[in-house]
Amino acid sequence: MAINIWKYSSPQTFYPLAGKLAPWFLGLAAVLALVGLYIGLLLAPSDFQQGNAYRIIFIHVPAAWMSMFVYLVMAFWCAVGFAMNTRLSFMMALALAPTGALFTFIALWTGSLWGKPTWGTWWVWDARLTSELILLFLYIGFMALHAAIEDVRRADRAAALLALVGAINVPIIYFSVQWWNTLHQGASVSMTRSPSMASIMLIGMLVMSLAAWMYAIGASLLRVRIIIAEREQYADGVAAGAS
Amino acid sequence: MSELTLAGLFGTLVQRDLLLALRRRADVLTTFFFFVIVVSLFPLGIGAQPETLRTIAPGVVWVAALLASMLALTRLYVWDHADGTLEQLVLSPQPLVVLIGAKVLAHWLVTGLPLVLIAPLLCLQFDVPASALGVMVVSLLLGTPCLSLIGSIGAALTLGVRGGGALLALLVLPLYIPVLIFGAGAVTATAEGMPSAAHLSLLGACLLIALVLGPLASAAAVRIALE
Repeated sequence: MAINIWKYSSPQTFYPLAGKLAPWFLGLAAVLALVGLYIGLLLAPSDFQQGNAYRIIFIHVPAAWMSMFVYLVMAFWCAVGFAMNTRLSFMMALALAPTGALFTFIALWTGSLWGKPTWGTWWVWDARLTSELILLFLYIGFMALHAAIEDVRRADRAAALLALVGAINVPIIYFSVQWWNTLHQGASVSMTRSPSMASIMLIGMLVMSLAAWMYAIGASLLRVRIIIAEREQYADGVAAGAS
Repeated sequence: MSELTLAGLFGTLVQRDLLLALRRRADVLTTFFFFVIVVSLFPLGIGAQPETLRTIAPGVVWVAALLASMLALTRLYVWDHADGTLEQLVLSPQPLVVLIGAKVLAHWLVTGLPLVLIAPLLCLQFDVPASALGVMVVSLLLGTPCLSLIGSIGAALTLGVRGGGALLALLVLPLYIPVLIFGAGAVTATAEGMPSAAHLSLLGACLLIALVLGPLASAAAVRIALE
């Protein structure tokens, strides 16, 4: 029997599906995170240059990857929402935003924790740090705009348009900041050199990335359930009846 | 009544917005003096060593231009929204993108151009070498229309939204960053005796992208706001 995926593009049918899937993704996230942390903290050898301080990359790198990836996914759902005029797409975008902002914040925070012992400073105006900070502003702008507009339909579309404009701008911002950085910054910090990474470290990082991925899916599924329940409370039976 | 051509309508709309701005002169002057005051604050806050001033001048002038243009944005659509003109523009048979373009052009002439013209004078206060003044004007001439075009998206998105002003800043300022970097970079490069052509070319590229996408996105945002 072929599964009709379009069936789940309606909030009513997606609500129970999200409820069934979310625990699986969150469970996977927990298992993968435990395995990843075990590899990262116990199996991986300490770095000959940075000692044990480097181990924060097992959180930092996955968070940084996810922060950018989640924005793209968010922009994708916004585009789908515009193209197909589906309510669920906008809800999905809204559900992803806090997770993306969280990962961006974690990436910035752990980055500065790593920077202190390694570079001797909490913050440098490096291209990656700066564009990550701007990405955080974009997430916050998206959520603030959505929260400020009462009418849900207008809020969805306005925030979606902003996300799309932001998605076009992100590469421009990244390259402008990078170029500005190479002009203004002395060679005090070099992030381009890539030390050969032991494969066990790479495996740990990939497992942690998968954990972050699963968490992002699980958390946004839970959040989209709440959004559906909130919005459809007067529609028949979804929030009240189905689990 | 004779039918208006698209170009005729464009001209009429620009003329109308300029006339309205002339009737509300105080609004325009406020933005202008805001720019002057913000720039003048920096020497008082940082100290008046000519060496320091020369270094920070491009950045200060550009950041002040960013803030001033953002402050002026709130008035881009607000009056037309309040008296129903915006609705008529959306309903008109002519493409909304072009009409939005006319409004943004008028807005830039009123709020952006004065900043471009006064900037060299402010630069003199900062002891910027004369060679860099021309680049300052060119960079602002290329950059401030970008700010108006990008800002118009934010202004349309926040139409009639509570807490509009602060929200607008949050939405628009991150998008302004490339313009700030290339604009201030061009002036800094010239002041340091390096060529500024690359910065100015990139600024021009930003302007072209903003010219194409800005009115499109603004028109979509206006439609969303009026739904």
